[in-house]
Amino acid sequence: MALDKQQLVEMYRRMCRIRYFEEAVIEIHSSGELIGPAHPYIGEEAVAVGACAALRDTDRIAGNHRSHGHPIAKGGDVNRAMAEILGKSDGYCKGKGGSMHLADFSIGILGESGIVASSVPIATGAALAAKLSKQDFVSLVFFGDGASNQGACHESMNMASLWDLPVIFMCENNGYAITTSYKNSVSVDHVSDRASAYGMPGVLIDGQDAIAVWEATNEAVRRARAGEGPTLIEAMTYRFEDHSLGLDKIRKSEYRTQEEVDEAMTRDPLPIHRSAMINQGFATDDECDEIEATVHTEIEGAVEFARNSPYPKPEDLYEDMWATPV
Amino acid sequence: MATKTYIQAIAEATIEEMERDKSVFTMGEDLRHSVYGATAGLVERFGEDRVLDTPLSENGFFGAALGASLCGMRPIVETVTSFLWVGMDQLISQAAKMRYMFGGQAELPVTFRVRMFYARGASAHHSDRNYPVFMNTPGLKIICPSNAYDAKGLMKTAVRDNDVCLLFEDGIAISSRMEVPDNADLPNGELLVPFGVANIVQPGSDVTIVGIAGGVQHAIDAAKVLEAEGVSAEIIDPRTLVPLDKETILKSVAKTGRLVVVDPAHKMCSAGSEIASIVAQEGFWDLQAPIQVVASEQVNVPYSPALEPLIYPTPSKVVAAIREVLD
Repeated sequence: MALDKQQLVEMYRRMCRIRYFEEAVIEIHSSGELIGPAHPYIGEEAVAVGACAALRDTDRIAGNHRSHGHPIAKGGDVNRAMAEILGKSDGYCKGKGGSMHLADFSIGILGESGIVASSVPIATGAALAAKLSKQDFVSLVFFGDGASNQGACHESMNMASLWDLPVIFMCENNGYAITTSYKNSVSVDHVSDRASAYGMPGVLIDGQDAIAVWEATNEAVRRARAGEGPTLIEAMTYRFEDHSLGLDKIRKSEYRTQEEVDEAMTRDPLPIHRSAMINQGFATDDECDEIEATVHTEIEGAVEFARNSPYPKPEDLYEDMWATPV
Repeated sequence: MATKTYIQAIAEATIEEMERDKSVFTMGEDLRHSVYGATAGLVERFGEDRVLDTPLSENGFFGAALGASLCGMRPIVETVTSFLWVGMDQLISQAAKMRYMFGGQAELPVTFRVRMFYARGASAHHSDRNYPVFMNTPGLKIICPSNAYDAKGLMKTAVRDNDVCLLFEDGIAISSRMEVPDNADLPNGELLVPFGVANIVQPGSDVTIVGIAGGVQHAIDAAKVLEAEGVSAEIIDPRTLVPLDKETILKSVAKTGRLVVVDPAHKMCSAGSEIASIVAQEGFWDLQAPIQVVASEQVNVPYSPALEPLIYPTPSKVVAAIREVLD
């Protein structure tokens, strides 16, 4: 099975959507309009988009603090995402979650999480529900190399393998847990090496190549739906920005060399995917330019939408606490 | 009507709810062999898929229960107070917060059955009465049955509730026995006790005693002692701490003018101190004497049988507190 033109183009559109969305967030942050923290996904777009391209709307995802790329890749609405980041009532969470907690349950986005690795058990439980209720959805969780050291990851992978759960563990290895490098925090060469300890396949892939991410995820999804259990995929990637917006003004020294960042940026996932589409005859330069222009307009619209959305009202404070009222 | 133990009541509630609703399943450690007494025969009755013996991974399986609940399942998780600490990230950062954080999108119908062992020589690591910690975190419903009847009725309500419920099973009360009606004898065919409705265990006019979990029995024992001296005590069991039926407590204090709260938890920031705070703020002009809170000493639970009994509320400490407020 291979991706068709429509899928490849849609993947490019979503990668552009994430990139421009994040650029807009950076602009809004620098103007002082954004009050809370935000963690740009720029440079890692191919992972979320390649992974979600292998999923259905009914499949579930969960993510982490680097939280805008995953829901947009799954098909989330940029207007509601941007409004949430600005704390507005039309936001995905009515302004109660903010940047790190985007969620859209209607299309399987079970929510991003501010605590590193804490959504890994959640996604594992979603897969448990699929198994117990005999439904054919799968779940996929995005987490980083830093999260791979949390007990929650270990516990989840053990349970998932023990119970053959339809879950895909998608490790976005961007080389750093905030400022702590991979080599200073992980005891093995690759996070995917740990898969054998749980008795599941571990797959190491180029996370800058959306098609490669799709291929690996597609196979993991096939396994999961067939009842063959979980897969750990490690996508090697890089974040082009700092860990979070404004961190460069707080930390006292550099943790990455400029040469390393420059080198990583030569492997930008957007031009990689664009070239692949053009080289394989799936799209022309003009078509790609048009996608970019359309998405730029879309993101401008999202910023406009978010700015115009009203803030929640004081009386909304106690709303959404309970599903069964007290 | 048959008499049943608290633990039998919990087991009955589990079976009834699993039979009623296929999305209900149980998970936890050592369920098959019923180490904690309420899950015997469940595997044989419902099969391994609905009775999951988990690895020793509280953070992992607490989170998995939450994730499953987001996708239409209704897990009952069995655990022990002291193991809640191991799964705190999932309990606090996810269970309590997901619904609000996601603007009301999440429904989390998970019941955590939490055995609260104490006063049995298990020392500091296995004697936690930690419900007040969770009262301090918005988003969790806190259930503290003090007897078999409430254990069954509250448990069944918890399983049907669409929020995360922590049901603390008092380790002293679990072998206590009382009459629990058979379903056939109930007008609706089943026993459901609503949340947020306190039980007036006995009416009285001189002093209000609010008992929490195992503290209710101490209140009853103390009231009997003082009844002989002509003191009429009104005993209130809130049954659920979140939501808390403060109206019933305030109404009682308005009548008696005196309040003693009996809480097995450590005193600082306890359920008892919260109730005292509410009454001090909202019922001050009804009070004839300073409120007394009889709670556990602010020290870790010691092992020695010479020391451990000193720290918990006892009927005689409650009697002394009542004398204090009547003085």
